[in-house]
Amino acid sequence: MAALIKARTVVSESASPPEAAILRLEPHDDPESVKDRLAGVRRIDVHFPKFGEGRGYSTGWLLRTRYGYRGELRAVGHITRDHLPYLERLGFDAFELRPGEDPHEALAAFEAVSVDYRK
Amino acid sequence: MYRYEEVDQRLVEERVAQFREQTARFLAGRLSEEEFKALRLRNGLYIQRYAPMLRIAIPYGLLSSRQLRALAGIARRYDRGYGHFSTRQNLQLNWPRLEDVPEILAELAAVQMHAIQTSGNCIRNVTTDHFAGVAPDEIVDSFVWCELLRQWSTLHPEFSYLPRKFKIAVNGALEDRAATFVHDIGLHAVRDAEGAVGFKVIVGGGLGRTPMIGQVIRDFVPWPHLLTYLEAILRVYNRFGRRDNIHKARIKILLKERGIERFRAEVEAEWAHLAGGPGTLTAADVARIESRFTRPEYGDVPSFSQRAPEEKEGTSPFSAWRRRNVHPHKVPGYAAVTLSLKKTGVPPGDVTSEQMEAIADLAERYSFGELRVSHEQNLILADVPERDLPALWHEARALGLATPNIGLLTNIIACPGGDYCALANAKSIPVAQAIQERFDDLDYLHDIGELDLNISGCINACGHHHVGHIGILGVDKHGEEYYQVEIGGSQYPAALGKVIGPAFARAEVPEVIEKLIGCYLAHRDSEAERFVDVVHRIGIEPFKESVYGRPDQGPHRRERERLAA
Repeated sequence: MAALIKARTVVSESASPPEAAILRLEPHDDPESVKDRLAGVRRIDVHFPKFGEGRGYSTGWLLRTRYGYRGELRAVGHITRDHLPYLERLGFDAFELRPGEDPHEALAAFEAVSVDYRK
Repeated sequence: MYRYEEVDQRLVEERVAQFREQTARFLAGRLSEEEFKALRLRNGLYIQRYAPMLRIAIPYGLLSSRQLRALAGIARRYDRGYGHFSTRQNLQLNWPRLEDVPEILAELAAVQMHAIQTSGNCIRNVTTDHFAGVAPDEIVDSFVWCELLRQWSTLHPEFSYLPRKFKIAVNGALEDRAATFVHDIGLHAVRDAEGAVGFKVIVGGGLGRTPMIGQVIRDFVPWPHLLTYLEAILRVYNRFGRRDNIHKARIKILLKERGIERFRAEVEAEWAHLAGGPGTLTAADVARIESRFTRPEYGDVPSFSQRAPEEKEGTSPFSAWRRRNVHPHKVPGYAAVTLSLKKTGVPPGDVTSEQMEAIADLAERYSFGELRVSHEQNLILADVPERDLPALWHEARALGLATPNIGLLTNIIACPGGDYCALANAKSIPVAQAIQERFDDLDYLHDIGELDLNISGCINACGHHHVGHIGILGVDKHGEEYYQVEIGGSQYPAALGKVIGPAFARAEVPEVIEKLIGCYLAHRDSEAERFVDVVHRIGIEPFKESVYGRPDQGPHRRERERLAA
């Protein structure tokens, strides 16, 4: 069971929403293709199969900014603490860390670089 | 100089702490090689042939004397007492220890410097004209726009894991001295009929193994929309650029596969969502950046008298230097001066710590304590009163920095090559030196006239060989170092060179260059017609013949192939 951080807190997964309320997007999936189905969705898992996979960042930004998604936006896959500040700035609020990554230590990463030139 | 605001300083300091922690985690075995690689690269750290290499950012090539002194000290204490200025206006240290790098970064942060995004699959250090702000043909001072781009691209959350590296160059003058047509994005400042500033946007240029000249995607983006337009391009690239093959991952390949029309339509469709939105720049944004730049306080100085004793003979060493290494300035009475890092016998772009300190001293006494790095790997004192030129020349000459070869054949651009770089197929530096030795006669050099000779040790083209009037590429032939020669490339207007034929052994290269020059001299219609002009006028055939012999003189060629086999 991968460690999970939600809203900057280490949590253990309790009740998941029903299957029908979860979407999973792979790097090549176009978020526009799900924009009309977002009403009933409570969680979207954006998959990052590799450490350097970058498409999911745009996916998350588009879901939040262009398609108005307000539910849980979860980064899953090869996620370490080093990714967290970037993902959070794009609207991700849940993070499934790769095996071996200590979630309590990882929390510090949110504060590691406080400057965001785009604000 | 751009002076850091509090946030700029905080960012570099936080980044040092973050990298210290990442390095510690790697050394403790808690980050894999692959993970740490992605992290260290975006802090400028490579693992090279013999040691790590640290690439320090010199944003848009602008440097203060204080910063240069700090670099000298770092090179002395953490390296072997020298550094290498690269074609991307950065400084590379070739021998730091991995464990020391966080400390080096901390010392850099203390003088408002860093190594952020000098490598890795992210937006790299933005480059520009080394005469920005002083050029008589200036349209805008590109430094202000470069700094805006630096801030926008630094730790950009969405564009930090791009398919591949991404290089942006800005040109603010009539002549393109920033090679904007061979960057992922090139920006040309332009003014519309009302005088309002905007940018012509060029996309998809690049060198490397698939050299391409960039294409104009939009003729005029009004300045308030610059960042949103770039955001649109980057988003299309981040989402659709290829990630399955590192050699096809640059934006130029996406552009080639889609064609400019389709690519432009995608960018414009994306931009339609963004134009006028939150990323739109205001006059206040630009003014805030502008206000952080210090400007030289120019005095009312006289123009240099032609009757100075050093000038009395037109052929004196001083006048040769003045012709080649002194450049016009937009303020009367001032000039920009190139300190040549291309003295024969010294690897192009290399400077010792002692030289750095002496150059810092020159900058303070002659040029308001500032200098620039050129993509030709020289240093520029941009604001020298003309009356000080003779004194500066005497001092620069004593330091070995006054070789009057700017724009000439021996002002060779060369990557570090096989002497340092793990990627190289062949060495660059000894080839550059052998050519410089062959053309050491200054009168001959000046007679040959303007000629850009660029050398890359491998197909990655860090030495920009594709846009040299003569380009030399190191290749591997059955484990031996060979050199392929191209001619006819040009940075401005941008053109790619053509390969003249089979590659040569290293020892043959100076002779080959000699023959090419001989062919040029025989064909030029006047001294004003440059080597590259002749290549473009008569084509490469006569040059090939001069090197390989005529096609009917078969034995020579067969002999070559036998030797090359």
